[in-house]
Amino acid sequence: MTIARATTSRRSFLGHSYSLVGIVAALVILAWTLVAILAPYIIPHSIGDIVDDDYFGPMRQGLWLGSDYLGRDMLSRVLMGARYTVGISLASVAIACFSGVVLGMIAAVTGGWLDICLSRFLDAMNSIPSKLFGLVVVAAVGSSIPALILTLAVIYIPGAYRFARALAVNINTMDFMTVARVRGESTVYLIGSEILPNIIRPVLADFGLRFVFIVLLLSGLSFLGLGLQPPLADWGALVRENIGGLPFAAPAVIVPSLAIASLTISVNLLIDNLPQKIRDRDA
Amino acid sequence: MTSGVLNLVLKRLGIAAVTLLIVLFAVFFATSMLPGDTASILLGQAATPEAVAGLREAMHLNDPAILRFLRWLLGLLHGDLGTSYANQMPVAALIGGRFVNTMELAGITTLLSVPLALTLGITAAMLRGSLYDRTVTVVSIGVISVPEFMVATLAVLLFAVYLKWLPALSSVNEAHTLTDLVRIYAMPVITLTFVISAQMIRMTRAAVIETLSTPYVEMALLKGASRGRMVLRHALPNALGPIVNAVALSLSYLVGGVIIVETIFNYPGIAKLMVDAVATRDLPLIQSCAMIFCLGYLLLITAADVVAIMSNPRLR
Repeated sequence: MTIARATTSRRSFLGHSYSLVGIVAALVILAWTLVAILAPYIIPHSIGDIVDDDYFGPMRQGLWLGSDYLGRDMLSRVLMGARYTVGISLASVAIACFSGVVLGMIAAVTGGWLDICLSRFLDAMNSIPSKLFGLVVVAAVGSSIPALILTLAVIYIPGAYRFARALAVNINTMDFMTVARVRGESTVYLIGSEILPNIIRPVLADFGLRFVFIVLLLSGLSFLGLGLQPPLADWGALVRENIGGLPFAAPAVIVPSLAIASLTISVNLLIDNLPQKIRDRDA
Repeated sequence: MTSGVLNLVLKRLGIAAVTLLIVLFAVFFATSMLPGDTASILLGQAATPEAVAGLREAMHLNDPAILRFLRWLLGLLHGDLGTSYANQMPVAALIGGRFVNTMELAGITTLLSVPLALTLGITAAMLRGSLYDRTVTVVSIGVISVPEFMVATLAVLLFAVYLKWLPALSSVNEAHTLTDLVRIYAMPVITLTFVISAQMIRMTRAAVIETLSTPYVEMALLKGASRGRMVLRHALPNALGPIVNAVALSLSYLVGGVIIVETIFNYPGIAKLMVDAVATRDLPLIQSCAMIFCLGYLLLITAADVVAIMSNPRLR
């Protein structure tokens, strides 16, 4: 049954027509991913070099996005910032979704006290406002890149867990699950071969949404000065360090904001424009 | 109301209380992991080891964490929030005035954003698929997708830099006249209203659309009821529960919002106090602020749940 579903879904997947908005959004995401990977090779100036005599310089030839509060090239800094914003967020969302989804499936399949304890505990974690949680934890464990990745991941595990568990509980009541249980399959087989293939598409859509939340939280923390520490700078930190340029509407403060917005809005639009079949919970 | 609903509501309140305890515990342990030894930070670099040890003893810093947690909890029950490490003032005194400021900010934002968001959300649902609906939807997705500080930055650019209507920073103490007051609260309130309303519009719109697709609304349409009557008379009373639920849930975004907004506009509220306390590692202050935020957040999401339970006819 699972095999039959998988093959039909692949064929219809390719046969789907995608909306224009979805394609544009996907291209923007692809572009930022490429920039994140290639940044060190394509930046015109070193990010630490002071290349402009003026600070908060305007956009002009050679300095396409103007200069920052020290007269450094803004284009290079934004391109390098993509590396940290996209990289850290992607690593965190991968950890969060992997742990959350695996725990959720185990809880749904096992049931009983394990399910109750996990659900209660993670629901309690979910009741801490994410920004507050981030603030306290980052202050406690510091703002090194691994610490940030782990903190952001821990904050979003409960949400991923809840989502995956709700889906897995429905699958768990299906006949093929009973059959597999009667066959005496192990929990690993049950979650890996029976449940996961049936919930993977909504889980991937959830992955995208959670990525947006993490980008926003990381930017927020960096903006408060508790995220990435100088000399490293992600987009949130770039807005923070150049906030002094706000009264002159300097590109140095506007461009990193727009970069964040272009990424998060694109991911949201891509998910909204995915073919119904991929996006829906009961796919 | 039957005992069934009462039981569900009581159970929900019980869960909220347990959750609060877990959260307090988590916050306490996270803050006690903060780097650096509080005693040596307080005494400065010139302190002798004996003085540091003495202070640690006096502040009970050597006790196991669980003991300090219980002591702190006991103090809370007596209304004693502890003493700030940084300036030796009672935490309650530090928080008092600033709490009022934050509540004012949250209150004004709520008063503005609830009517605004409900009007936009309900009308967008009524005119589903129209240009108006699509504009409202796109703008609200846009606002949700960007960080709060960007909304704040754009608001400053628009109102303070280009239009020069409002000052970019807040200082509540300088308020003498009504116009002063409006000018001070305007920027933070505008920013927060945008952030909160966007959430509320989306949820309200979804709730109304769901009700509009029910059989009895279709029946009203077939009977020849006008569009307005169909929505106001048939759909809205039944969508009330989900809408109130949406309002309470959206208001819980205030908690995250004020942290950014108070910092960017230098508004003297408890969120700003807490961000500063994190910088100075002032544990009692961080714990109390975090507790207030979590309490507010839990109250709102519990209220949302209770309303959802009460408005479900199958449970009533």
